[in-house]
Amino acid sequence: MNVESAAKSISIALTGSGGSGVMTAGQTLLDAARSCGFYGLMTRSSGPQIRGGEAAAMLRLATRQVESHADRFDVLLALDFENVQRFAAELPLDAGSLVIADPKAGEIPAAIAAYGARVARVEMNKLAKSVQGGRISMVALGILARLTGLPEEAIISAVSQTIGQRKPEAVAASEQAVRLGAVAAEGLPEAPRLELPAEKPAGRWSITGNEATGLGALKGGVRFVAGYPITPATEILEWMAPALQQCGGVLIQAEDELASINMVIGASHGGVPALTATAGPGLSLMIESIGLAVASETPIVVVDVMRTGPSTGIATKSEQTDLNIAVYGLHGDAPHVVVAPLGISDALATAQWSVALAEAIQVPVIVLSDQSIGQSRAIIDRPEDVAFVARRETAAAHPDSYRRYELTANGISPMALPGLPGGQFTADGLEHNAQGTPSSQAQDHIAQLDKRLRKVEGYDYGDFWAEIEGEGPLAVLTWGSSVQPVREAIATARAHGIAAKPIALRLIAPAQPERLAAALGGVKRLIVVEQSHSGQFWRYLRAHYDLGIPTVPMYRPGPLPIRPGEILEIILREARS
Amino acid sequence: MTPAQPPEVQYKPAHYKSAIKPVWCPGCGDHSVLLAFQRAMAELALPPEKIAVVSGIGCSSRIPAYTNTYGFHGVHGRSLALATGLKVARPDLTVIVASGDGDGFSIGGNHFLHACRRNIDLTYIVMDNRIYGMTKGQPSPTTELDWDTAIAPGGTGLSPFHPLVVALASGANFIARGFSGDIPGCARLIVEAVRTPGFSFVQVLSPCITFRPDQQQAWKDLVRNAPVPETDDPGRAARRLMTDDGFNLGVLYRGKRPPYATRSLANLPAAHLEEEFTA
Repeated sequence: MNVESAAKSISIALTGSGGSGVMTAGQTLLDAARSCGFYGLMTRSSGPQIRGGEAAAMLRLATRQVESHADRFDVLLALDFENVQRFAAELPLDAGSLVIADPKAGEIPAAIAAYGARVARVEMNKLAKSVQGGRISMVALGILARLTGLPEEAIISAVSQTIGQRKPEAVAASEQAVRLGAVAAEGLPEAPRLELPAEKPAGRWSITGNEATGLGALKGGVRFVAGYPITPATEILEWMAPALQQCGGVLIQAEDELASINMVIGASHGGVPALTATAGPGLSLMIESIGLAVASETPIVVVDVMRTGPSTGIATKSEQTDLNIAVYGLHGDAPHVVVAPLGISDALATAQWSVALAEAIQVPVIVLSDQSIGQSRAIIDRPEDVAFVARRETAAAHPDSYRRYELTANGISPMALPGLPGGQFTADGLEHNAQGTPSSQAQDHIAQLDKRLRKVEGYDYGDFWAEIEGEGPLAVLTWGSSVQPVREAIATARAHGIAAKPIALRLIAPAQPERLAAALGGVKRLIVVEQSHSGQFWRYLRAHYDLGIPTVPMYRPGPLPIRPGEILEIILREARS
Repeated sequence: MTPAQPPEVQYKPAHYKSAIKPVWCPGCGDHSVLLAFQRAMAELALPPEKIAVVSGIGCSSRIPAYTNTYGFHGVHGRSLALATGLKVARPDLTVIVASGDGDGFSIGGNHFLHACRRNIDLTYIVMDNRIYGMTKGQPSPTTELDWDTAIAPGGTGLSPFHPLVVALASGANFIARGFSGDIPGCARLIVEAVRTPGFSFVQVLSPCITFRPDQQQAWKDLVRNAPVPETDDPGRAARRLMTDDGFNLGVLYRGKRPPYATRSLANLPAAHLEEEFTA
């Protein structure tokens, strides 16, 4: 079933072999749409090749903020058909869709043809070659502009900003190619057109989830980062490295993830809020030392930009399957915090919150982002400011017989920072007593276990633990990158007269049974949505919450994104049952 | 010329000693390394609260709790990484890293290479007894190839690792060897190591009284002060360390590499960075 979007949006896919300019063209289209006052989303899909191979830029341009893709694409423009069959499943089309290809690109690949979309041929290569220095991607942009109602001037202006004023001849060639494309689009079958917004509001952001995560961490107070390159988290490190130089901080590229996690623990021991960013394989390597941060009560933030697993999996594609390792991966009883952003626009606030939580509770916080949030770029309203900042309870000057792991009522003990006379202690992965002295005694083990649990479970996480909207006898409980398609499905359901209530958990662990019970008040049926093969989130909920109402799980693995339509189908079915 | 002012506090080795009794066996070389450390800190007149001792897992790694300084007893093999983060975040601290031949050269081998290469201003003391003591007697990377153990009957058949050569090749700026039986000598090396900017590596031969009881006397007989003075020439040092029998004591190499430096351009509030997203 297709979702009729509540607001007008169009979905465009650009495909081509690597190096054909697909990603740049997609970015230019997004920039142009933004300059016209549209919102937008662009997701990159590529094979494992560093250069070459297949690539697709998937765009959604809309008159309201969108952070997930629609059920289908209105237009698929293929610069060529190299290996496009590998992407076919990611490019759902239907009879209403329009495929645009060069006659010389050959037969429409069977996997694409099977969708039954309309096909139009435009001699893009020939048009590009008719211009000195003309590129096929620019012709394509001209076609898409005319087809969808974006002014060509917006494209040309975006192109010249990308190319820069230093190459006037390249800008001129691009302009000519764009205009030729626009003219060539005249005779094409119709595609949905966007109505130009009357206003062009200033101050909107163009940002990826990875950039937003980095910015949120900095705003929260992180001034030390160590990391090891890994897809799809590297952009967090690459964005933060120069940013930290501007903010009095530092980033170290470590020799491996075992080093990066220990570097951040060391920096935090020194009193500097610290973060590392990685993906599943790196998180697996870090797990032992995350346990060290639990035992030594050292605040750290670990961002995991999830990709498919197990093992190397599909490094460039998204999945919500590190929930189990994030929650349960640590050996021993190791209370810690796991949070997840609700989408690109929420990545900043959630990252900022994670720093505040880590510092306040003196605990590791794992942030579960994913590839679809991290590597997608969206045009969004400037996220609202949140007040979360790093505030660590530190020991007072000249403490009298200081005890690092003092058994306090809330379990949080003031931390002496190196340099404080009289505060000397040894942080330890060994079990210890309140003084910090290693101990194998039962009473110390139990007292410290209780203390570490108390501070994590007893902390007041406030209203930020989840986003709950509206009322209804039907609720959809979800997390992470599944939140956006759920919201869209629910908006469509409301248009069908079905009231459903989205409950999006930002705080995964520790569980908040009382808060969820309140959120589920009046709810008669519950749908749980996630992107995993084994229903990790659903099983986690069943283990930690007394749901007490009929619950329908909807889970399936990546790499295909969860689409609003498949959620809507279940909502409609459950609403009628 | 004004005469040097005496430090406000006269530091004594006891200032660096904690109340915790070491778990080490009586006669273990590590007791002596602890004493040498305390003497060195007193000589350097470093306030205990400005020192952090970082370690991993193993007999030698127990040392932080026995000092009256800040410290971190972390997981197996990762002490150099943790110390790197601490020193970069807090350059005002003197960071000493304590390790053993298993912790430092086996599970922590990769970090050893990169700590040398990074040349951060750390002092790395490896108490080398050529055995895993805490797990009761398995061969380590520096164990002789024919040393007979339960896990490697008849010996590993593997040539021992040459940590000093590896340190030199990886870029360590200061390389020295001490013997736990010579506490003043060890203390002097630690003082020199701390005073030399960059990554300073001190291998301390520290016999295991329990699993290698013959080591103590044998090493006492074998060690000697290095017959040639220290060098700053990596080529000479390489030749010397490659032909070394493992028992020359002293500073064997002291280079002139500038230590790791971070690059900070400004100290702006994070909100300043929003601009690039609105442009």
